Parts: sequence; structure tokens; C-alpha cells
Amino acid sequence: MTVAATPAPSPATAGEQSGVRLARSRRNAELSLLLLAMALVAAYGATVEANLLDTVTPDFWMPAATLGVVFLGLHVVIRFLAPFADPALLPAVALLNGLGVGFLRRIDLGDAPVADREGLATFAGQGGRQLAWTLGAVILAAGLLAIMRDHRSISRYAYTLGLAGIVLVMLPAVLPPSISERNGAKLWIQFGESFSIQPGEFAKLALLVFFAYYLVRKREVLSLASRRFLGIDFPRGRDLGPVVGVWLISVLVLVFEKDLGTSLLYFGMFVVTLYIATERVSWLLIGLVLFFGGAYLAYVLGETVGGPFANFYLRAEIWLDPFADPTDKGYQLVQGLLALGTGGLFGAGPGGGQPGILPEVQNDFIFAGIGEELGLFGLSALLVVYLLIVERGLRAALAVRDSFGKLLAGGLAFTLGLQVFVIVGGISKLIPLTGQTTPFLSAGGSSLMANWLLIAVLLRVSDGARRPVTGAAGKAPRPAAGPPEQLHGAPTEVIKP
Amino acid sequence: MNAPLRRVGVVVMVLFGLLFVNLNWIQAYKADEYRTSDYNGRVQVADYKRKRGNIEAGGTAVATSKETTGTLKFLRTYPGGAEYAHVLGYKPVNLADQGIERVENDFLAGTSDQLIGDRLKDMFTGDDSGGGNVLLTLSKKAQDAAYNQLRNNQVGAKKGAAIAIDPRTGAVQALVSMPSFDPNPLASHTSSEAAAAFNKLEQDPDEPLKNRALSETLPPGSTFKIVVAAAALENGITKTTQIPAGSSWTPPTSGSPIRNADASICPEPKVTLLAAVTESCNTGFAQLGVQLGANAIKEKARQFGFEQEDLTVGELGEGGLPTAASRTGTIQNADGGDDPAALAQSSIGQRDVRMTPLEGAMIAASVANNGSQMRPYLVRQLLAPDRTTSYYTAKARELRQPVSSQVAGDLRDMMVSVVQNGTGKRAAISGYTVGGKTGTAQSAPDRPDHGWFIGFALDKNGTPISAVCVMLEQAGSGGSAEAARIAGQIMRAAIADPGGR
Repeated sequence: MTVAATPAPSPATAGEQSGVRLARSRRNAELSLLLLAMALVAAYGATVEANLLDTVTPDFWMPAATLGVVFLGLHVVIRFLAPFADPALLPAVALLNGLGVGFLRRIDLGDAPVADREGLATFAGQGGRQLAWTLGAVILAAGLLAIMRDHRSISRYAYTLGLAGIVLVMLPAVLPPSISERNGAKLWIQFGESFSIQPGEFAKLALLVFFAYYLVRKREVLSLASRRFLGIDFPRGRDLGPVVGVWLISVLVLVFEKDLGTSLLYFGMFVVTLYIATERVSWLLIGLVLFFGGAYLAYVLGETVGGPFANFYLRAEIWLDPFADPTDKGYQLVQGLLALGTGGLFGAGPGGGQPGILPEVQNDFIFAGIGEELGLFGLSALLVVYLLIVERGLRAALAVRDSFGKLLAGGLAFTLGLQVFVIVGGISKLIPLTGQTTPFLSAGGSSLMANWLLIAVLLRVSDGARRPVTGAAGKAPRPAAGPPEQLHGAPTEVIKP
Repeated sequence: MNAPLRRVGVVVMVLFGLLFVNLNWIQAYKADEYRTSDYNGRVQVADYKRKRGNIEAGGTAVATSKETTGTLKFLRTYPGGAEYAHVLGYKPVNLADQGIERVENDFLAGTSDQLIGDRLKDMFTGDDSGGGNVLLTLSKKAQDAAYNQLRNNQVGAKKGAAIAIDPRTGAVQALVSMPSFDPNPLASHTSSEAAAAFNKLEQDPDEPLKNRALSETLPPGSTFKIVVAAAALENGITKTTQIPAGSSWTPPTSGSPIRNADASICPEPKVTLLAAVTESCNTGFAQLGVQLGANAIKEKARQFGFEQEDLTVGELGEGGLPTAASRTGTIQNADGGDDPAALAQSSIGQRDVRMTPLEGAMIAASVANNGSQMRPYLVRQLLAPDRTTSYYTAKARELRQPVSSQVAGDLRDMMVSVVQNGTGKRAAISGYTVGGKTGTAQSAPDRPDHGWFIGFALDKNGTPISAVCVMLEQAGSGGSAEAARIAGQIMRAAIADPGGR
């Protein structure tokens, strides 16, 4: 790319010039935003009760307060362990998580007989379970912050994590269906009656660490030692082998587990980390061609051959015309669209809609259920919050000085954004519907924990990015005036002219 | 690596932009289509959130909503049970609604534009007053009589219908179709229960869901002679004109002779028109019809309301329960010339002539009301949820004038003679002038005949009070006499219930 073609350098330099401002920890800003988020969650709970119970119980603030205590705990941990972490991440995630708990509680209230509604305890039902999961997930995130004092330290376990990732992805596939299958998808490991985890959710994190580490190590080779074919520089097979292998195994397994959403997620994750690492747009193009080619091939194969592709064909058919079979195959998608349409611009108000009609409203269709009650304006606000988290993650990646951190944070942030796109696009008929959790909103511990771990990593990377280089680890000295120093401490970053 | 990271940021922005645009498309542009989709169960739950208004007959609620603790807040119940089923219809959760429930749905549900003021008031007071109330014209006593008499008819007929109208206004006093059904299980919130009840009714060979009073057409038999007599009176024949009769008569081009129901009926070669009506003389009317010609009979029938396809019975303005058109059928040859055999049979209400009980009652009513036929209606008044404001009050409307007042007077005399001296004696009510015409209609060679009676009751001053049509399907011998008896009972009840008018 020529210099003339690059856009004005102001956004790039702005981040670097604001080194002085970045050096401030901004923890108090985080605290105020967090309190604001919890106030919103409490207000949401009150409105739900007013609509569903015709009265607001004296305990309406209990879920919000419980969550508030949990998040405040994490806030304190961050103050000590990651004092320079991005102050917007925790409040944004806390708001989503809180609304998720509030909405699940709203579903519980709607399902309960009218007489029992007022007495529904804070920790009862799905909402209560999600509250407990949140507590566990936040403790896990705090633990990760405590163990991983520098994000570079996990690169030491990259191969172990890569292996673990593959094992986690494959585990449900090899386990007998009785303990791994639910609603036709083999994604679970069931422990006893009520406890189950989705190992794939954690595999996402592990594999990304491996991708990031491997690609950073082979970065020079990948961008330099290449063969030119059709005007595109291809790296040598042996340089790309392991990462392609790991990715291929995961995607194949997922395709045969019929978890199309996650395989799409892994594909996007892989292509984007490859692109960030090599800085070659050709990877994006190849990725897109492969993706659309593969999708079309799977569609055609599904129509003619069937087998493992039949599921894909079915989903594509439903996507093209959900109203062709509105009471059976297209039922879910149709009901999701009707919920969104009923919500309209302003929504029915928290507790004012009928999201209970939606199948899987606590999981895949939670965004449609919320859309019915919060309307287009509410959903837009939620999308903005997600976008904020993703862009803050990318910003941490931009600002951090080591390549591993850049790739890790960039990959994680993009993966989070892609996941939101896949599920929200799916339920709103923008793309074919594939089963995915909506990060921080959907019911379920695995997804919540994995995504909180992801946030912990982003917090850690952003802490590293914003920490003044002169400061000793763990301490937060007042920012020193003077020229920005971060370039001195960027040994692995290749500064290109 | 910062350049690709920035581009990834842009990609995420674009992806979220697509989501945003798509959500706008769904939640703004397509919102109304999705909101009102047939597959959207929310509309229904919202429907059941507000208390639906009552439907009342004679001051009693015959359809009302009870609060429940379920997801659907209000359960529709029908305290009147099967007796009012064909008028009220039902408001089921998962099936199509029927009857007045369907016709007045917007008003009962409170979503009608007329009730916008009440909804606004509710917004400010915080109350939820529910939907509006529909007051029917039905007289409780007449409806009771029609339902009970029809159900316990003395000839064992399983199917039939009765309808009574106030001849002066067209207000329906009673409307019963037999067999009937209990609408309560159909309105059950347990949709499987409702569906099971519906399927059972739908598969019942006696077709209880059918509204026989409004939508079933059967050969009217001799009741159709009133139409032929009206045509005759307008073509120079009077009550006392001697018309050809006889015990048997064969139309010019057909081999099958027309006979009377009994050898004792008009065996003499000529009888007066009055006697022909009183005794129900088939040979007389067959010859009279051939003499008048097909066009005269078809035209007279049309003027009485035959062939009208768009008549509805509900409010007087528009809407209401649909009715079937009564037909005279093809009486003529293909070239438009008279077919005497067809004409002779049609003149005594056979061959292709088909009539609804509603049409029978309307013929009797127009005779009683000096030749003026009023548009029948079922909805007397629409009351606001709090019953203070009336949004609609029926104002009787003339539908048509089938015969002149003078011809109506002659027809009245002849019909009164039927009840006083002829075949309709069982309809008589002491102290009142009752007129009518019986009918026995062959349906198929191997099936029992249908029994008909159309008639009216006038008080001492000659004011018409009620006009009735009773039809007993495949009632067999004695069917029309039983129909006359039931009609008399219904009119007696209508007389005893001045509040119903």
C-alpha cells in the first residue's frame, strides 16, 4: 500500500500521542459506569415486575444488587491486579450479563402461575441459576487475572492449549450420545442430572491462544518465504501445516457434530488471525471464497447426497423461506421474526411481551425475546454495547506492544463480534440460522464462563497495553511526564516504514 | 499488525451495521406484517388480556368472560349453553371464531375504533374496563320455547330449525338450529381439548355446527303456495275466484300426475283460491302455477327475497351472520319457454325450489306487516364497556315490498283461514289472530318428508307480533302439524315477553 493511499494518520497517532492520558488507571470511571449499569439492571427488574405482577416487590433490587456485589468484587480485583485495564470493558459486560439475568428471571416470572410470581426467590429458576453461574464465571475470570499476571505468559502453554482445544472439540463427538447429545446436537458433556458443560465454548479460547502463538512465531516465514501463485503469495505448506491441521480437525468435527455456527466461528477466527498475522488481504479473499464455495457446495451436496450435509441444506432452505413451513421446520425462525416484528420500534416494554411463546428463548432466541420487549431501540443499544466491547478489545490489540498480545486480543475481540453477528444475524434472517449462544445473555454456564475468561484475557492485554512501560508489574505509579515510551518496549513488533 | 487490526475493526463495524439495517427492516418496515401474522400467537394472548364484553339476550348474559389464573387471562363462557350456540357462535383460542362472536369481535374485544374514547380513558384512569357489550334482539322466552319445543318435538325429528321475527321491525325473536352443541368446550384454553371437541362436532353426521335456520335450504313444500297465491292475486284472481282443482291432475307434457295429500282434499273440479290455500290443494296450485307462467312465479319469489345471496343477519348496517340464498331453480325449458311439468311441481314447492327457514319467516312476516318486508337483524344495541354510552341502536329498515298492502290483506285472510279451518289448526292461540301455512316436502323417494310451518300472530288490534318458520327435517307423517304446534308455542312465548321486542 502506498503512502498516498493510506488514510490520514490521525487515528493511529492519536492513540500513541495520548500516552500520558492512557497511563491513568481510570478505575473510578469503571466504578461509576459499573454502578450505572447495575442501576439500569435494577430499573429493568422493576419494570418487569410492574408489568408482570402489577406491583413492584420490595425485593426487586435483589438480583441487581447481588450482581453488583459480584462485579464490584471483580472491580476490586482489577484495581489490584490489572490497574490499567480498559475501564469500559467490565461495565459493558456487566450490563449485558445483568440484562441477561433480568430477562431470564422475566421468563421465569412469565412461566410461573400468577399466584406464585411475587414469591419467586432471587436464586430460583433460570434467572437464579444464571446468577449463580455469573458468580462462578466472575470468580474464574478473577482467578485468571491473578494467575496470568502478563498475557505473554500463556504463550508458554500454547501447544498444550492447542491440543486441549482439539480434545475439547472432539470430546462430545466420541462420547456416547446419552451423555453428549441434546436437541440433536452432540456438544455436551453431561454430569449427572442437572449439570452439563459445553466443552466447545472453552475450546474457542484455547485454540485461539495456539493460533496466536504459532502464527506470531512463524510470522516472518509466513510473510517472506512464500511461493507466488495466481498473483497471491502462498506460504510453504510446512509453515502453515500445524495451524491448518488443528483448524481443519476442529471444523470437520464440528460439521459432523452439526454445530455449524461454531464451525463458522472457528473458520472466521482462523482466517482473521491469519490475516492480522500476515497482513495479507489475500487471506481474507481466500477465506471468503472458501467459505462461500464451501457453503454452496454443502448446500448442493445436501440437496443431492444428503448425509452430513442434509442438515445444512435444510437450514439453508428454512433461511430462504421460513414461511414455507411455518408450523414445523420454519417454526423457530418464524416465531423469532414475529417476536421481533411485534416488538417494533419501542417494544412491548420489559415484561410486557410474550417471549415465552418463542422456542429456546433462553438460549438461541434470547435476542429475539429481548427484541420483542425492548424493540428496535433496545436492540440497537445492545448491539452498540457489543460493538463497544469488540472495538475496545481491538483497541487493546492496537495499543499492546507485543505481537502475541495483538493477535490474541484482536482474535478474541473479533471472535466475540463474529459470534454476535452469527446468532443475531441468524435469528433475524440475515444469514442462515445456526445454533449459537448470545454472549453474556443466553442461559448456560459454559458460555458465560468461557466469555468471561475471554474478557479476563482482554482486560489483561489492555492492562499491558495501557500500563506505562517504566512501571513495575503490579504497581501503578503516577504517570511520568515526558515523551511516550512504549516504542522502546516493543521488541517483537516489526516497525515497517 | 496495526493496519489489519484496524481493518478488522472496520469489518466488525460493517457486520454490526448489517445487523442494524436488517433489524430496521424487520422491526420497522415489516413489523406490522409480522405483528398481525396468523402464526403470531401473541395477538391472541393480547386479545385475552382484556375482558371481553358480554353478549346479552333479554337482559341475561349469554356469553361472558371469566378471569382465570392462566396465561390467557379471560376464559369465554357461554351460560346459555347449546340454546344460543348458533346465534352466538364461539370464540375459540385456535380455531376460527363464529357467529356474533365473530361478527362483533372488534367491539366485544374492545379494539373497535368506536371504543377509542374508552381506551383513552383507561389509559388515564389505569382501569381496564374491557370490551363493549352486545345486546341481542332475542326474546329469552321465545328462544326457550323454540329450543325446548324443537328438541322435544313429538314426531322424533332429529334435525330442524326455528326462527321467529318481529314482523314490524325485523328483529329476530328466536333462532334455533337442531341439533345444537355446547360452545363451552370449544372456547377452552387447552387447545387440544378444544380441537377434540371441534373434531367430534365436525364429524357428527347430524352436522350440529350447521346453522340450519339461516344456511340450510330445503324444498319448502306447500308453504311456497303463499308465493304462488300472491302472484295469482296480482294477476286478476281474487280469494273467491274459482280455480281448477280435482283429485289428480297431469301437466300437459308429463306423464306423472299431481295428487293431493289426501283423497278428501279438493276432489271437486273447481275450488276457490281461499279453499285451495286452506286445504292445501296441490292440484289447484299446480294448475294455477301453469296458468300464471314460470316468470310470474319466479319474479314473485324474487320479490319475497328468493335469490338474494348477500343477506346477513346482525347489525342493520353491514355485517352479520351469512345466510344462504333461497332458490326457485330452473322452472323453464332451456329455450326459456314454460315447462308445464316443472312449473306444476315447482308451484307446490317441490322440484328445484329450495328455501331457508329464515326466508319462510320473512314471507310470513311481510304478509303480516301489510306487505312490507323488514330487514332481519340480531343486534339491538352496542353498549360501552361501562354500559353508559350506546354506540349503536338498531333502527328498523324496510328491505323490500314484496306485495301491496291489499294483496297482503288477502294473503293474511287466507293464512288465518288455514289456522282456523285448515291444516294449521295446532298453531292457534286463543285471544290472538294466527295465520299460517303448513308444508310437507318430499326430499327423496325413500326418505321421510320434511315438515314445515310458516305463520304469524296478530293481536286484537291487528298489530303483528311475531312471524315464525319451523322446519323439521325428515319428520315424516304429521311433521307439518307438529311444526305448526311448535310455531304456535314460540309465538305464544313471544307474546308473553313484551320486553323482548
